[in-house]
Amino acid sequence: MAAPVTEVGAKKFSGAKIFVYSMLILFSFASLFPFYWMFVMATNPNNVINETPPAFMPGTELVTNFQNVLNSIPFFQSLLNSFIVATSVTIGVLFLCSLAGFAFAKLDFPGRNILFIFILATMMVPPQLSLIPQYMIIAELGWLSTLPAVIVPGFMNAFGIFWMRQYISSAIPNELIEAARIDGCSNFRIYWNIVVPTILPAFATLGIIVYMTIWGDYLWPLVVLQDQSTHTVQVAIRGLMDDRVRDYGMILSGTFWSTLPLVVVFLLFNRLFIKSITDGAVKS
Amino acid sequence: MSSDTTAAEEVKLNKRKKGMSQRVKNMISGYLFISPFYLLFIVFGLFPILFSFYLAFFQWDGLGDMTFVAFNNFSIIFNDPLFWKSIYNTIIIGLMGTAPQLVFGLLLAYALNSALLRFTNIFRVAIFLPYVTSIVAVAIVFSVIFSNQEGGLVNSFLGLFGVEPITWSRSEWGTKVAIATMIFWRWVGYNTIIYLAGMQAIPNDLYEAAKMDGATVGQQIRHITIPMLKPFIFFTVFTSTIGALQVFAEPQIFQGRGGRPEGISIVLYLYREAFVSNYFGTASAVALVLFFIIIILAVANLLIANRIGQSPRRGL
Repeated sequence: MAAPVTEVGAKKFSGAKIFVYSMLILFSFASLFPFYWMFVMATNPNNVINETPPAFMPGTELVTNFQNVLNSIPFFQSLLNSFIVATSVTIGVLFLCSLAGFAFAKLDFPGRNILFIFILATMMVPPQLSLIPQYMIIAELGWLSTLPAVIVPGFMNAFGIFWMRQYISSAIPNELIEAARIDGCSNFRIYWNIVVPTILPAFATLGIIVYMTIWGDYLWPLVVLQDQSTHTVQVAIRGLMDDRVRDYGMILSGTFWSTLPLVVVFLLFNRLFIKSITDGAVKS
Repeated sequence: MSSDTTAAEEVKLNKRKKGMSQRVKNMISGYLFISPFYLLFIVFGLFPILFSFYLAFFQWDGLGDMTFVAFNNFSIIFNDPLFWKSIYNTIIIGLMGTAPQLVFGLLLAYALNSALLRFTNIFRVAIFLPYVTSIVAVAIVFSVIFSNQEGGLVNSFLGLFGVEPITWSRSEWGTKVAIATMIFWRWVGYNTIIYLAGMQAIPNDLYEAAKMDGATVGQQIRHITIPMLKPFIFFTVFTSTIGALQVFAEPQIFQGRGGRPEGISIVLYLYREAFVSNYFGTASAVALVLFFIIIILAVANLLIANRIGQSPRRGL
């Protein structure tokens, strides 16, 4: 995806070129350093960490620190919980939003525009406004400290419907749908056999956005997942900060290992990730 | 359009066979396909929103009876200095954390767009990587980097210049700097990527024409890049504003679960009222105030965007 706009000055003036390079290097360093630092801390004993000057080289306590994490929080359980939650929400959102997006894009029914605008309007409401009553509903349903408490409300995704509608409107010609109708396809068959295979790129984009959002979500899981065995990884690693005397080696070990999976996936699919995030932002 | 007569007849036949016109079928499937959202929204969206408005006028500890107290919850929070502090903190931290992103995001995007280097993608990935990190992880890492101890990373660094160790999480500006840094670090790459997408959409001819007319690099940026990027800039300002108003995890992790006056944000104040003190009525009042602040700022953003966006910029 090399930009056609190759140079807007950098080439001619070496001063500008040096400036561009040094800024990029500086910011890349600033971006990457905390990751390295996390690893350094995660491999050093706590007493080294509190020394002046601080340690800058990896130590030998990788295993010990991680064992301390395991003794302190149900780390793997929380990772599994996060995985279950993020995967279920993503699958649910992709299905429900593409179905609704298809209806809004290609089916004619009374009130369609108003109903669609209504969905857009719901995006303006900050989630904190409904936080307390939502908590009460979850409690009423008996879902406190169960994973459905974070999965089911996650299925409600106005942006996803908007995104899918836009995509389906432009990606699928009406003639194709008409032709399928003539062949006797029901609307659901059209959705399943024609729409779904055509919009796989939109699934990738929305899927990445939803997965990342849910994976990183903190306030809502913190409120409804009170039992430690149901904590998502974000809530769990936050618990590492609670000890009166902080063991930074342990804290950053937990943080490091919880961050690693998503970073690795990102590095493997970085182009798709970055494209998805930009598309999700720019095309709306 | 392209259907010939036989096809049309077939459709009619089909219709008669199934006994239902296509219009009715579309209506049924249409409503059916969008119903999950609306059902979920009624339970987890609409009802909670309305109930928040209701609850804001009641006193309730979450267990006993609700008592109607009219506007008392509002007068309680408006008379609480900590509430005003939370609004002040949210605005200051928001400005400190997001405004520099605009400048550096644009500079970085410009650099990434103009440099002809082979490493563009490596730089892009490196700068974007923080966004993949969860807010909680960012807050934890920076809590350690801004540790109060003498041997903390920032304190040691400042120590090289003879600065006395700062108790970051207990000082007014130390806290704000630390939290703003977390926000800046995580989001600057995101904004950069958005601006970059905008810059890549600018047709090259514009620059060529400008160069032919003898425009300097500075003039090109001022008269081509920035105007063409307006929608992207508005988008990031809009999302940054809304996002900054909802800051929660950073102070809640940096300063402890209940927060402290130096860093408490509006949402943390709300969380604390509701889930630490069990004052659900006042917490709902806070939620309403937050809602109106967000609406006002969102509308202001849109109005400003419209006003500026309409200015003609035809003749470069």
